[in-house]
Amino acid sequence: MMSAHQSDTPLGAAKTPPLGQAALPVLDIDNLYLEFPVYKGAIRALNGVTIQIMPGEIVGIVGESGSGKSVTAMMSMRLIPENSYRVRTGSIRKSGRDILQATEKEMRHIRGKDMAMIFQEPMTALNPTMRVGRQITDVIRRHTSLSAGQAREHAIALLRDMHIADPAQIFDAYPFELSGGMRQRIMIALAFSCEPSLLIADEPTTALDVTVQKQVLMLLRERARKTGTAILLITHDMAVVSQFCERVYVMYAGSVVEQGITAQVIERPAHPYTRGLLGGLPENAEPGAPLQAIAGQVPNLADLPGGCAFRNRCPLQGEVCSQIPPLMPLADHPGHTAACWITAGEAAHV
Amino acid sequence: MSDTVLTLDNIHVRFPLNRNWRGHPRAWAHALNGVDLTVQRGETLGVVGESGCGKTTLAQVLLSLQQPTHGQLRWCKESGRPNVQIVFQDPQSSLDPRLPVWRIITEPSYVTGQTAEAAMRAHAARLAEQVGLAPQSLNRYPHEFSGGQRQRIAIARALASSPDVIVLDEPTSALDISVQAQIINLLFSLQRDHQLTYILISHNVSVIRHMSNRIAVMYLGQIVELGETATVLAQRRHPYTRMLLDAVPVLGTRLPDTDVAAIPELPGNRVLPQGCFFLDRCAYRMQGCEQRQSLTSVHSETSAHFVRCHRFDHDEFDGK
Repeated sequence: MMSAHQSDTPLGAAKTPPLGQAALPVLDIDNLYLEFPVYKGAIRALNGVTIQIMPGEIVGIVGESGSGKSVTAMMSMRLIPENSYRVRTGSIRKSGRDILQATEKEMRHIRGKDMAMIFQEPMTALNPTMRVGRQITDVIRRHTSLSAGQAREHAIALLRDMHIADPAQIFDAYPFELSGGMRQRIMIALAFSCEPSLLIADEPTTALDVTVQKQVLMLLRERARKTGTAILLITHDMAVVSQFCERVYVMYAGSVVEQGITAQVIERPAHPYTRGLLGGLPENAEPGAPLQAIAGQVPNLADLPGGCAFRNRCPLQGEVCSQIPPLMPLADHPGHTAACWITAGEAAHV
Repeated sequence: MSDTVLTLDNIHVRFPLNRNWRGHPRAWAHALNGVDLTVQRGETLGVVGESGCGKTTLAQVLLSLQQPTHGQLRWCKESGRPNVQIVFQDPQSSLDPRLPVWRIITEPSYVTGQTAEAAMRAHAARLAEQVGLAPQSLNRYPHEFSGGQRQRIAIARALASSPDVIVLDEPTSALDISVQAQIINLLFSLQRDHQLTYILISHNVSVIRHMSNRIAVMYLGQIVELGETATVLAQRRHPYTRMLLDAVPVLGTRLPDTDVAAIPELPGNRVLPQGCFFLDRCAYRMQGCEQRQSLTSVHSETSAHFVRCHRFDHDEFDGK
């Protein structure tokens, strides 16, 4: 049974180590293979994803559409409909707690309290028929024992923390009355309402203007620092990752191809795919000069070629590429890993 | 190179809102509030601004989908009617799902004058080759293509009737980075081969910087700064240009460690401000800002550069 000091947080606390020991990662995805069965086959969405997020860390996942970044995020919250997917191997642990084995009832306690999520389009994530205040107090009352009045006060305080000028008025507004930036702030307030230890933000600023995007990112960072929340930011925008995240995972065709400190990955990308992505950005080219596009197409996930998934588009491909490369550490950058036999291999032997 | 294709003269567009029981509008949305612009043949003119600044209404005016409430749009063309085509942001919804690709591509020439099917198919095959589509895919339907290929179909359709101007409305923002690079390269090579004139509407400053010769920064239905791309981006004379460019995330930099400011609310266009439109958000406001500002030329030897701010030559604007 749980000891006395843990009983105020009945869920998940049993596995929290006592102070002094190394902290468990808030999210630990280990070698996850996930597929969606379809007629005569399967779409292999995730092919060996390994992601670790430590408490308070801000981590990014970049990748193009179909790279599996959203599936990873949705799966961490177990938001994908049961029976529509099959986990071949691997595990997901939230602060040591096995997410894949948890029952739906346990998941309902975890979602919103231990981990929260922000989506790209706040208009579709908020309930259009309810005032935003009610939507926030619903979450607070579900996970705490606050009374209706206390929950309202807490919600208004949360809105004030979002730098909203007149929180009491916004509390009684409907989502359609608010601008995109304001709606996204409501979503952030909602996500932080129970001070989760992990926040998954799936393209939170893609629908916003740059001036608003900058403020929303700064707001997210400010809240995360204050509450000690770790953030997993999912985006396709390299510049946003570079500005916001301490560490980054680059995903391609359902697997992580590169991982490292953001500045190192952007300055010295090791995987040919990351190099291609960065080389294709207009920011990195002379105005008017042709951009280096990656040749070819993203492979069909229902029919992945054997070996390295990037092999057919890769300028460096060789014999070794018929074997699937694991993430290999680079010799000169400890902690920077890349899944490429050629570039990572070279660096490792130097 | 520098012959003018079209001139916009003091274009205003407003939309009625909240009609009363007699059908009279009780309020107006002021989408464009005096846009003056000339477009030169063969150039790429970039238009940037936040949502709600009138970029899309400007595109609609150019395509004659929207009549200006006030002001004039003049095409400098000897004969025939002006031909403008558009490439939309989302190739999913801008291609007719029930038409095969060759019919989509030749739709503009089909509308302007019936042609025999064989000739139209040959025309479609030529265009498909130019934009890098396989000719054998012309009998397929849009849903069978990826996003990047669909955008190529949309570009082929825009090219079909040899237009005077192509309006590119966020042509790459629905695409992945690696596909974006391919489409930008394609647009460049087509422009070189066919002397096309582009009006590129985007909120992505790095795409604008990469592609355009000139840039127009819009705010609340007005152009607040207009000039050569490199000059505008380097000098940033209007406070709004400065604010917009400062907010653009740059690779290899970190978010500033300053406190979060109150998040800006985009301006409403229901009631226009009395003075300078940017006054509420301006960090440099001073005496004179309560006057309406006009687009004035900055004296520079290189090229025309216009700014809608009375303190454009203030010391603070340089150096920083």
